[in-house]
Amino acid sequence: MSTSPQAIGSYTETALPKKRWLSRQNWERIVSILILLPSIIALGIFVYAFIAWTGFISLTAWNSAAPDFTFVGLQNYARIFIGSGTDAIRFRYDIRNEVGFLILFVGGSVIFGFLLATLLDRKIRGESVFRSIFLFPMAISFVVTGVAWRWVLTPGTQETGWVGINLLVTNLGLGGLRSGWFTDPTILFIRPDTALGQFLHSIGLGFIAAPDFGYAVAMSSIVLAAGWQMVGYTMALYLAGIRSIPDELREAARIDGATEWQVYRHVIIPLLRPVTLTVIIILAHIALKIFDLVYSMTGGVSAGFATDVPALNMWKTTFDATKFAQGASIAIILLLMVGVLIIPYLIWQTRSEAS
Amino acid sequence: MKHKWIYALLAIALLVAMVPTAPASAAPAGAAMACAKDYTVNAGDTLSAIAEKEYGSITAYWPIMAATNAKHLTDASYAKIENPDLIEPGWKLCIPSTTDAEAFLKAFPGRDTPTGVAMLFGEGAKGQLIVASWWTNGGEFAGLNEMFKMFKEANPDVEIVNAAIAGGAGTNFKGQLLSQLLGGVAPDTFQLHAGWEADTYDPGVLITNVDDAYARNKLESVFPPTLLSMLKFKDHYWGVPVNIHRSNVLWYNKALFEKAGITAPPTTWDEFFAAADKLKAAGIAPVALGGKDGFELQHTFETILAGSMTAEEYAGLWTGKTSWNSPKVTAALETFKKYLSYANEDHAALTWAAATQLLIDGKAAMNIMGDWANGQFISGNFTDYGWAPVPGTKGTFVALSDSFALPTKAPDPVNANLWLDLAGSKAAQEAFNKQKGSICARTDCDYSSFNAYLQSAAKDWTADSIVPSVTHGAAAKPSWATKGYADAVNLFATSGDVAAAQAALVAAAADAGYPQ
Amino acid sequence: MTATAPTRKASRFHWTRILIYALLIVFAIWFLMPVYVLLMASLKSQAEAMQMQNMWLPPRILGIRSFLIAWFGSNEPPATLGLEQGFWNSVMLVIPATIISTLIGSINGYVLAKWKFRGADFLFTLMLFGMFLPYQSILIPLVVTYQNFTKFTGIPLFATIPGLVVAHVIYGIPICTLIFRNYYAQLPTEMIEAARIDGANFFSIYRRILLPLSQPAFVVVVIWQFTSIWNDFLFGITLANTPKVYPITVSLNNIAGSFHVPYNVQMAAALITAIPPLLLYIFLGRYFIRGLMAGSLKG
Repeated sequence: MSTSPQAIGSYTETALPKKRWLSRQNWERIVSILILLPSIIALGIFVYAFIAWTGFISLTAWNSAAPDFTFVGLQNYARIFIGSGTDAIRFRYDIRNEVGFLILFVGGSVIFGFLLATLLDRKIRGESVFRSIFLFPMAISFVVTGVAWRWVLTPGTQETGWVGINLLVTNLGLGGLRSGWFTDPTILFIRPDTALGQFLHSIGLGFIAAPDFGYAVAMSSIVLAAGWQMVGYTMALYLAGIRSIPDELREAARIDGATEWQVYRHVIIPLLRPVTLTVIIILAHIALKIFDLVYSMTGGVSAGFATDVPALNMWKTTFDATKFAQGASIAIILLLMVGVLIIPYLIWQTRSEAS
Repeated sequence: MKHKWIYALLAIALLVAMVPTAPASAAPAGAAMACAKDYTVNAGDTLSAIAEKEYGSITAYWPIMAATNAKHLTDASYAKIENPDLIEPGWKLCIPSTTDAEAFLKAFPGRDTPTGVAMLFGEGAKGQLIVASWWTNGGEFAGLNEMFKMFKEANPDVEIVNAAIAGGAGTNFKGQLLSQLLGGVAPDTFQLHAGWEADTYDPGVLITNVDDAYARNKLESVFPPTLLSMLKFKDHYWGVPVNIHRSNVLWYNKALFEKAGITAPPTTWDEFFAAADKLKAAGIAPVALGGKDGFELQHTFETILAGSMTAEEYAGLWTGKTSWNSPKVTAALETFKKYLSYANEDHAALTWAAATQLLIDGKAAMNIMGDWANGQFISGNFTDYGWAPVPGTKGTFVALSDSFALPTKAPDPVNANLWLDLAGSKAAQEAFNKQKGSICARTDCDYSSFNAYLQSAAKDWTADSIVPSVTHGAAAKPSWATKGYADAVNLFATSGDVAAAQAALVAAAADAGYPQ
Repeated sequence: MTATAPTRKASRFHWTRILIYALLIVFAIWFLMPVYVLLMASLKSQAEAMQMQNMWLPPRILGIRSFLIAWFGSNEPPATLGLEQGFWNSVMLVIPATIISTLIGSINGYVLAKWKFRGADFLFTLMLFGMFLPYQSILIPLVVTYQNFTKFTGIPLFATIPGLVVAHVIYGIPICTLIFRNYYAQLPTEMIEAARIDGANFFSIYRRILLPLSQPAFVVVVIWQFTSIWNDFLFGITLANTPKVYPITVSLNNIAGSFHVPYNVQMAAALITAIPPLLLYIFLGRYFIRGLMAGSLKG
């Protein structure tokens, strides 16, 4: 591993007597390793050994209260991936919901976060007030967010009375905006008999034109609640990014006759690329890990698992239905999904820092 | 936490106050014994060894413990023995005569019993009683509080800790409790549905059978045989039941029925849907359904299923005797599907209680729910409701029973047993059930002060065929009930695909060990 | 846009300004809406809160009874357990956990920024993965370890506040280390070099040079850890699920996740739960934002 310029090691050749210097350096190296050691051991056990342990459990028959470590191979994985059993259906729904959530939540947060940042960058009077308002949900627990948004998004019905947002839009004369919110079981998907469906079929991707590859409309409510909490965060990151761009760069572009739009298109957005990457990674991993919010907002079960997500399914399978091995298999899949996203990022980070 | 100092001061004050007044508690059994001789403990002595030397039996140390503790109350030179396995050199013990000791042993019911404790320590129970349940609010919480009050009166020195965890039908509770039991931080007693639910807790390992409590309180003679057979799992009793709930009840708002011109509650599904159409025509939401936690759907389907076949056939679904491929299951799925089409569209957002509230508020006319809904009517002061068995289930009583179980690692088994004794008693069951809105597990309760519904339910309980409820833990293996069956029903509620649902139900039964 | 903008553009300038403010205000309303609904519901009486058709209207009669019930619980209808115990549990949890993880993060960050040894970057990357870890993937072993730790060592971890502290400290190491490392890395190494020549050693450099300069990083980490530990639900519900120890988020879920508790009490409970991190946010907001930046790896 290369050392960065800040590291002491590269400054060792100084005027001190060599013999004493070396021994002191060695002593200090040992101390520095000793200081890190407890953390390394703790994380080694609590992260890496535990992951391996979960992996092991996922290969056993421990699917009741009493531990049973009989090796069953990939049976627990087969149950959630293959066939038309309820476990497999539910897991397919989880993935479908998760992917839809991931795309809309990350995409929405990036777009709205960027929009808010550019608006706030316009020398706004009361900027700090607006910034505080946009950012405060970040300080709140997902459980609180879930409780609040469940209350706001409970739909009600015509006969029993509208509730929440539906009530508000009805009173404002905008009844067309009513929605089933998180109770809506609708799945949007590419129908096989449409032109796009036929096209997919013709290139051998016909399987995509099916509800399992659709979007569960109920997830939009989770997107709303999660977005409410995280858009401010995205905004703060972008705002800091925009502010770190030297004014001269923008001025120069303007003097060259660029419109405001072109300044963004050709100067600001390209310079913000690293911020965007960071935002996407952070939001995506939050999206994959999402648990508390769904747990407290919908519970995941209702409307035919329209808001169920892998993290919640894992928890319920493991601790409610006491199917530990089955739960472990879902946990491993979840870990792989996060790993695919995070590991390249971490490697890239380390490399770019080192160079 | 923040009161720590206050507690400490209080404790010191109490200690100071107690010194001059020697305790004059109820005459303990130990006090009846005079000391035949005194004995000073030497290094290496154990109570068993002393008992063997004095009485010829290594297990006969209880009289020594009781007599010494009794002496200790008036003469501090005698030791106080908290734990028979821990005695220290220099302690002065009181050794009763062999006759006294034999008489004592004959009457001594064991250390884990309240009487036994009184005999050993000459004083009432102390310490804590941790009670875990999923009754966090409403009528059920009020009922539990009634029992707490009674326990407190009988055992003023015991601090009751309410360890409740919220969640419909115990959805969050069971997993968390299992985790507690595995972690060895058990409560003293916890809520357990009678029947298969005991299997969740590895009976015999994590929970202890409560056969002793049954024998002590002669409970087998006060609970009906159908209930006893539901309670018995693997040849033992694992909980003392406090109540019986009926799950197959159709509730309706009388005023709305009148408004729509419906004179009698429907008894068949045809009548039901005809009534629903009438209500709809009158602009009234016919069915209130809560589906947020999923169990409400499973519950409803279960009662429809029970109505589509005989009680015996229905019970057979869970024991492998009736096939899930049966056309009667298909018919039940069809009925359920039709039922759902009349339900409020936002049912996925509502808990069962919110759905019941719609009935109370006059916003919907009918609701299938267990008779815990009755508890909500009571606490909401709502009386304008009627009830009937779910169509097709007349003469069938789909039952569940809440009981209290005894964890193997209960921190204070003495207090836990005191609680079990209370739970089985007539007075506690009457006080509890009036609030909770259920009928007594005992057959000798006085229902004169119960509401009309409960009186009728008590009558049905003795007359109807009883089948255990699967959604509420009585009828089937927990993983079948909470996952295989549950997921199949939850999926069906939105997909409406009868064939797929039946296939899933068949697969779930096969998974549970009953290939179809 | 500056004051020197040509007058010809003035009208267009005006128009866009209005649009920008309008957009900002719309967003502000959107962000404040749930808080508004929460506040309105919690300040109503039970009877008033049950009238759904008025849920967007302010209370006719202001009352704080719902907050009292949410805090203390109640034996009368609406009977419920209160938040009080959970609140104090969270306080007892969050204070030691925050302090310990901050200290660990600081010393780790010092080593990783200023005393890099061969393989330090690699180790650091391995540590960082812990920050992104979906806790579900370690939950079963964690629970099993906690459950059996008591059996084998006699030290109770499961369902105890110290046990919960340990979990939060360990899984907080990556982020705390990261923030301090990034902070220390930008302090000039020459300063340390000079101190070394003056004979300062490993510890005295940390104590006399870095610590006095670390105050901003400490505030950032303390805020970050405080908020995330206070807001945690998963560890609370799996490792500390008895009332004696469960944190406030679990208490809140017990109140809001159940059936009979009226909305005014649920919403009051939600507000009470949100208050401590919100206070922190209001008073130390600018550090909070810095913490967010730091949490994004690059600073």
